[in-house]
Amino acid sequence: MNLDYAPAPESRSVVALRPNYALFVDGEFTPAESGEHLTTLNPADETELARFAVAGPADVDRAVAAARRAHEEVWGPMPGAERGKYLFRIARIIQERSRELAVLESLDNGKPIKETRDVDLPLVAAHFFYHAGWADKLAHAGLGPDPRPLGVAAQVIPWNFPLLMLAWKVAPALATGNTVVLKPAETTPLTALVFAEICQEADLPPGVVNIITGAGETGRALVEHPGTDKVAFTGSTEVGRSIARSVAGTGKRLTLELGGKGANIVYDDAALDQAVEGIVSGIFFNQGHVCCAGSRLLVQESIADELLPRLRDRVSLLRLGDPLDKNTDLGAINSAAQLERIRDLAAVGEREGAERWSAPCDLPASGYWFAPTILTGVSQAHRVAREEIFGPVLSVLTFRTPEEAVAKANNTPYGLSAGVWTEKGSRMMWTAQRLRAGVVWSNTFNRFDPASPFGGYKESGYGREGGRHGLEAYLG
Amino acid sequence: MPVPTATPSGVIVIAGRPVSAAHRPTELKVPVPHTATAPEAASNRALRAFLHGLPGVDEVGARARAQDLATRSVKTTAKAQAIDLALSMVDLTTLEGADTPGKVRALCAKAALPDPADRSVPRVGAVCVYSDLVATAVEALRGTGIGVASVATAFPAGRAPLEAKLADTRRAVADGAAEIDMVIDRGAFLAGDYKKVHDEITAVREACGGAHLKVILETGELATYDNVRRASHLAILAGADFIKTSTGKVSPAATPPVVLVMLQAVRDHHAATGARVGVKPAGGIRTTKDAIRQLVLVNEVAGPAWLTPDLFRIGASSLLNDLLMQRTRLTTGTYPGPDYYTLD
Amino acid sequence: MADGHKPKNKGSGAAKTAKTAKTAKDPESAVTGKAGQGRPAPRLTVRKTYKLYLGGAFPRSESGRCSPVTSSDGAHLANVSLASRKDARDAVAAARKAFGGWSARTAYNRGQILYRIAEVLEGRREQFAAALTDALGLSRADAAATVGAAVDRWVYYAGWTDKFTQVLGGANPVAGPFHNQSTPEPVGVVAVFAPQGAPLLGLTSVLAPVIATGNTAVVVSSERAPLPSIDLAEVLATSDLPGGVVNVLTGRSAEIGPHLAAHADVDALDLTGAGEAAVELEEAAATTLTRVLRPGPGSDGGEEAWRGTDPGTSRMRPFLETKTVWHPVGV
Repeated sequence: MNLDYAPAPESRSVVALRPNYALFVDGEFTPAESGEHLTTLNPADETELARFAVAGPADVDRAVAAARRAHEEVWGPMPGAERGKYLFRIARIIQERSRELAVLESLDNGKPIKETRDVDLPLVAAHFFYHAGWADKLAHAGLGPDPRPLGVAAQVIPWNFPLLMLAWKVAPALATGNTVVLKPAETTPLTALVFAEICQEADLPPGVVNIITGAGETGRALVEHPGTDKVAFTGSTEVGRSIARSVAGTGKRLTLELGGKGANIVYDDAALDQAVEGIVSGIFFNQGHVCCAGSRLLVQESIADELLPRLRDRVSLLRLGDPLDKNTDLGAINSAAQLERIRDLAAVGEREGAERWSAPCDLPASGYWFAPTILTGVSQAHRVAREEIFGPVLSVLTFRTPEEAVAKANNTPYGLSAGVWTEKGSRMMWTAQRLRAGVVWSNTFNRFDPASPFGGYKESGYGREGGRHGLEAYLG
Repeated sequence: MPVPTATPSGVIVIAGRPVSAAHRPTELKVPVPHTATAPEAASNRALRAFLHGLPGVDEVGARARAQDLATRSVKTTAKAQAIDLALSMVDLTTLEGADTPGKVRALCAKAALPDPADRSVPRVGAVCVYSDLVATAVEALRGTGIGVASVATAFPAGRAPLEAKLADTRRAVADGAAEIDMVIDRGAFLAGDYKKVHDEITAVREACGGAHLKVILETGELATYDNVRRASHLAILAGADFIKTSTGKVSPAATPPVVLVMLQAVRDHHAATGARVGVKPAGGIRTTKDAIRQLVLVNEVAGPAWLTPDLFRIGASSLLNDLLMQRTRLTTGTYPGPDYYTLD
Repeated sequence: MADGHKPKNKGSGAAKTAKTAKTAKDPESAVTGKAGQGRPAPRLTVRKTYKLYLGGAFPRSESGRCSPVTSSDGAHLANVSLASRKDARDAVAAARKAFGGWSARTAYNRGQILYRIAEVLEGRREQFAAALTDALGLSRADAAATVGAAVDRWVYYAGWTDKFTQVLGGANPVAGPFHNQSTPEPVGVVAVFAPQGAPLLGLTSVLAPVIATGNTAVVVSSERAPLPSIDLAEVLATSDLPGGVVNVLTGRSAEIGPHLAAHADVDALDLTGAGEAAVELEEAAATTLTRVLRPGPGSDGGEEAWRGTDPGTSRMRPFLETKTVWHPVGV
């Protein structure tokens, strides 16, 4: 018989959406000077969620000035222990409001509630907890006896993990005594704006955190603003390059967390069932909107015929649909533009000769959706083996020997993540040592922790976020 | 790696005895070489090569998958459906040293009429008792259509001579047991004497005659998921109709990851041979939520084909009342109290 | 400096370049007089041709160009190869080729080799002191102190090779059943723009941390005082340092710098000696997200600016990537 799970939607009532959101500058919500606004949609049904202000140059000036003032007058001079207590307080409020934030994130981003509830929000709170404890221990971070904050940090974050990326940026910056002006992505501004409310609720001194919303122009105005000391960006490699160029000669410190084309290497002695799970979470977690996704499966040729049917069976079980349904595994693609890009690249893969298989699932009539897809017969020369798709599309390649696996894995300008699946310890260590990637998941994938440094080699960016290493980006 | 020896009729021959019809392989549908290759002969060496050639199980990964499936939300209509399914899968069990004919008769009455206030409740899968009480149970269940399962083979430790185990089994079958729940020799398994484990199962299987054989692995004593996977395949190879997690006397028992690994074993066996072997978790499943999580595991690991009492049972005693209470809650909309359900 | 200067006085004897410290110190060449008057003819000095150091060999620039180098008081010292864009390309290729082997050496072995560099340099202290006096006009005492400090700096970094991994890496206490370990790894090929005014201690101070951590280097040597860098290359070449680990280009930073900065196979830039070109080079590096160490305070100082205190890990960290490996913990 069949066990059909009935719809199990999480209630939207925990979220009180306002029709309009202003900028958060100097502790207050204030309208943008231009009066311009943008609209954010629910990507699962294309309905409008809210309008939000678009910050122009004058607003950026105001936010940077507020952050500077807060840094000089309040936050910089404050003892680390006191700063830490603010962060602990924020962490607690996030825990208290976690369901509200999870639902809001799912509405704004399209990712399943299962992930916002069980992954994003717990990690957001953990990130603030972790960094709170550093605030009065910076002298022990291995960066000298008296490391100093840089000043004002300009931070621009992407739409794939809106609140989590905020936490990755804001928590270490604040713990180290910097103040921030942060711009969330234009398709996912809402949880950052609720975070602004949380800063008010925590009585965080005005100007320590400023949230300005807008699109690319706002982001450019922020990262190029001469009044900041530090730029931290997570997003596309293309934008990362232009930021790196613009920061040259300014004396600003820069950290970049950019794209990836992670290789997930499965050796013939792997724990197959867990490898299948790791492949699935590697590429289908968060609809594949993950910079460190294991988007290239490198499977040893001798087990490809055994692994791939198991993988397809497993992917067929993924439940695609309403992000708020607790049983949804795969939510909506974040935007029409992203959906277009995924479609284009998947089509290119087919045209270049890859064999395309998509899970047999019904796509909802409205909203942006893409069925989980596996491209087999991919070779290194194919675009789908080289370009980041940032969607639920897995490219499958084979290899014969460990040397070949490593060579193929490293044959990319990116170097963010990689996976290794083998039951043989020495082979795992051998492989992990040779992979040119900032994060190597062996016999697991897509695991994150505030204590674990994250960041890439090569064109996946520079600097690390998280752990003791992540503090270096905010201390001089 | 040894390859299966198939007779011209396609029956795998192990230790000179044809595998029962239920295990007759059909064509190999999916190439799953090292999960389904039966040894040529059941020598310890061949068995070891086979069992240790199975893919490993990563403990953390297996737990994570089970945890992920534990978040499935089964509500409203789906929950009602799941509760009735779980009820039909319950092997209502009493396995105490203090069991008496009276206790067994009361349990049988409960099995036949779980909820005196609601006759639409499905009947349970079986009643499970010690072998010396099989006759009592058979008598008490006459006319209900509910079968009697008997634990046997020096349950729960299994520490007895093979002759005693076989005598135990034959007696239960003679008294009318439709199903035999045997225990494997965990000592032999952990000592690497897979042949002894295998041969005991085949011997008990023969002693079962027409009765179905459930093979209890006692996973809590096997300690690792690698061992759970190997023991599952060993039992299947030796002719088990069901593989069962635990005696209920050892903790941990039927944890979700253990059931996950056993469901993967029967799934892989089916993919290789076309034959379906059943799975029975037993021990520690006390609430409706526990039971529904088990069903979700079945649904998403082995597949919906296993969602039948013919292929999935739950060994339990207190679970039944919780299922009944939740069933009432769903039909009436109010929370019932335990006093409304019979204690047996 | 003149364009593409071809050596004009090749083989023309010592006379025209008199008054260099080198010749002044050489008793044999100091003897003047005519041959064939009953006394043995004075020995003609054998001069050194300063070439590039590429892949373990000392080739001339493929361009065939060279350029004169003068002492601090303007006397001609020697001609130095004027490296071209293609030499820079070859240097990157040599450094890339050497990277796998060098980074895979044990930390202990790298330490031994760096210590060997110190030993060989120690044995040539007189030569280097003289070279520094020539190049920078340092007093004998300052020159000697600078050479001693350079030797000591090699010793210092020899000791770091098997320490920095422990100091900068470690276990991370993640909230789950995982072993999680961060390890610093060399970034790869580093283009080092050597300090202009500090051709030995300054160069050592920027070069040693790069190779101590397992990177390979393409050095754009001081344009003002390039000779000690080639002298140092000779030390490197005789210290068991595998060919290609360090490659030294002499010539014009403005000509080869942009090619190195934009080269996609260069992983990091040390712009310490890049001077005003540093901004432009950093912009060029952005295209392939090449790591950049900007010039710090004192970058344009002389050798004395590098004698300072313990540099710690500050010059190693910019050329290290942190790799974090996760593995489940279970049975």
